[in-house]
Amino acid sequence: MIPGIGVLTQNTLWCFSQMKGAIETGVTEADIISTVEFNHTGELLATGDKGGRVVIFQREQESKNQVHRRGEYNVYSTFQSHEPEFDYLKSLEIEEKINKIRWLPQQNAAYFLLSTNDKTVKLWKVSERDKRPEGYNLKDEEGRLRDPATITTLRVPVLRPMDLMVEATPRRVFANAHTYHINSISVNSDYETYMSADDLRINLWNFEITNQSFNIVDIKPANMEELTEVITAAEFHPHHCNTFVYSSSKGTIRLCDMRASALCDRHTKFFEEPEDPSNRSFFSEIISSISDVKFSHSGRYIMTRDYLTVKVWDLNMENRPIETYQVHDYLRSKLCSLYENDCIFDKFECVWNGSDSVIMTGSYNNFFRMFDRNTKRDVTLEASRENSKPRAILKPRKVCVGGKRRKDEISVDSLDFSKKILHTAWHPSENIIAVAATNNLYIFQDKVN
Amino acid sequence: MSQKQEEENPAEETGEEKQDTQEKEGILPERAEEAKLKAKYPSLGQKPGGSDFLMKRLQKGVRGTISYPLTLEPKGMGPVEQKYFDSGDYNMAKAKMKNKQLPSAGPDKNLVTGDHIPTPQDLPQRKSSLVTSKLAG
Repeated sequence: MIPGIGVLTQNTLWCFSQMKGAIETGVTEADIISTVEFNHTGELLATGDKGGRVVIFQREQESKNQVHRRGEYNVYSTFQSHEPEFDYLKSLEIEEKINKIRWLPQQNAAYFLLSTNDKTVKLWKVSERDKRPEGYNLKDEEGRLRDPATITTLRVPVLRPMDLMVEATPRRVFANAHTYHINSISVNSDYETYMSADDLRINLWNFEITNQSFNIVDIKPANMEELTEVITAAEFHPHHCNTFVYSSSKGTIRLCDMRASALCDRHTKFFEEPEDPSNRSFFSEIISSISDVKFSHSGRYIMTRDYLTVKVWDLNMENRPIETYQVHDYLRSKLCSLYENDCIFDKFECVWNGSDSVIMTGSYNNFFRMFDRNTKRDVTLEASRENSKPRAILKPRKVCVGGKRRKDEISVDSLDFSKKILHTAWHPSENIIAVAATNNLYIFQDKVN
Repeated sequence: MSQKQEEENPAEETGEEKQDTQEKEGILPERAEEAKLKAKYPSLGQKPGGSDFLMKRLQKGVRGTISYPLTLEPKGMGPVEQKYFDSGDYNMAKAKMKNKQLPSAGPDKNLVTGDHIPTPQDLPQRKSSLVTSKLAG
């Protein structure tokens, strides 16, 4: 195993490792993956889908025999996290789709994660059971009650080994705190609290208390006619438990300090890039809406994703991002049709690698992009079944905009907009990435020399 | 930059604008796309980022049955949600969907006759997917 985190130079080669999910022509909607997340050690990888199910993969221990193959991820546990509900007051169905999964840092033998749909957050405990008590006095081995009259001796039950069983149990249900749809959850660095954000409000919870939460941000105007922006994503600072950020549909980010006041309606910092007014069009605001915001591991930077770009901001500089990367600028000339088929509203996520040197985000046609912040190199890769041979090296892809198309290039008009990569995850310390392509989960690793 | 300001008139998107500004990059594709859109849907409001979009986003319900390619409709925040009159309406709609999917086992199977008062047990419950995720398969 090669330690350390790779710099994306031309020497970094990404290889196919695994693909999960069925290979089928028609996709059942429930199977569409809606969130992907590694835990803090990278040992576990969780996915949530539109059917409200969570599947957790665990990395197998690397064997001495197979040094050329890094540990693979195998199914560890799967459970139904959320079920569809009906809101009787509003006569609307509440989707069971898992919007986000966030892991808690491990503090004992069990694993804990938060999963949320539009309305309810749940804390799940995933634990292993490998021993079973045997020799009860009042029950027989099948669990049937014994007739007390037949019991003539007493024995002490003993724990005997059994086949490993992984159980997932809901430990807390945090419900009825959101009028609007939850888009983000974020575990605080104090490991005692977390926040949940919907379109207009952000609530702070204590893990132990489910019937109360503090409202820390409320941007609902008194008159809804005056509504101009909504909250699109929110995250706690990785080290400072008093600091969090939230992004808006207008392309701005606000940083708030909970020490300043109980209700953080007044931001501490306001990040916005000035726009050239002559560039404004019907689409400007839509494509500037931030779909994801992520702190770097260092806590010094935040990364935001809007429809066409990824931006890196320095927390110390509010007036503009320090880096802007074009994800698929060729779509600028397709905005009309992307508006008609609703793709312009797709919410792409973005991720940092473990050392904050490379950032990754998805695109259409099952393409995903990586940008090396140091070398300024970028690469486009594809998650496809054609490249699914074990350890097959992924070939960089290229979209051609102009007239002359080279042999390996694909033209903008041939892109499949139904194949969108919205959710990706990067292992916290190694070059292993998980890419969700509709109903399939791809795992790629960098080439082991 | 000054050249842009001279012909600045966002209210009028015409083909001529495209020809006039052929040499300018950047804003051109977006404006051209905007012109296309306005030509198709002349009733589209001037202020896209305003209340309409956001209100739709806040009120979205379940996305019903999404199928690709998505249906084309001049609107904002995603596929049109299905709003139900009440829970009975919701359950009837779900039952109808189930009927469509099943090969018909006789026309009178799910008919609720006039003199049968449905009880909670009779109402078809929408069961979430009890099938294990294919990722775990």
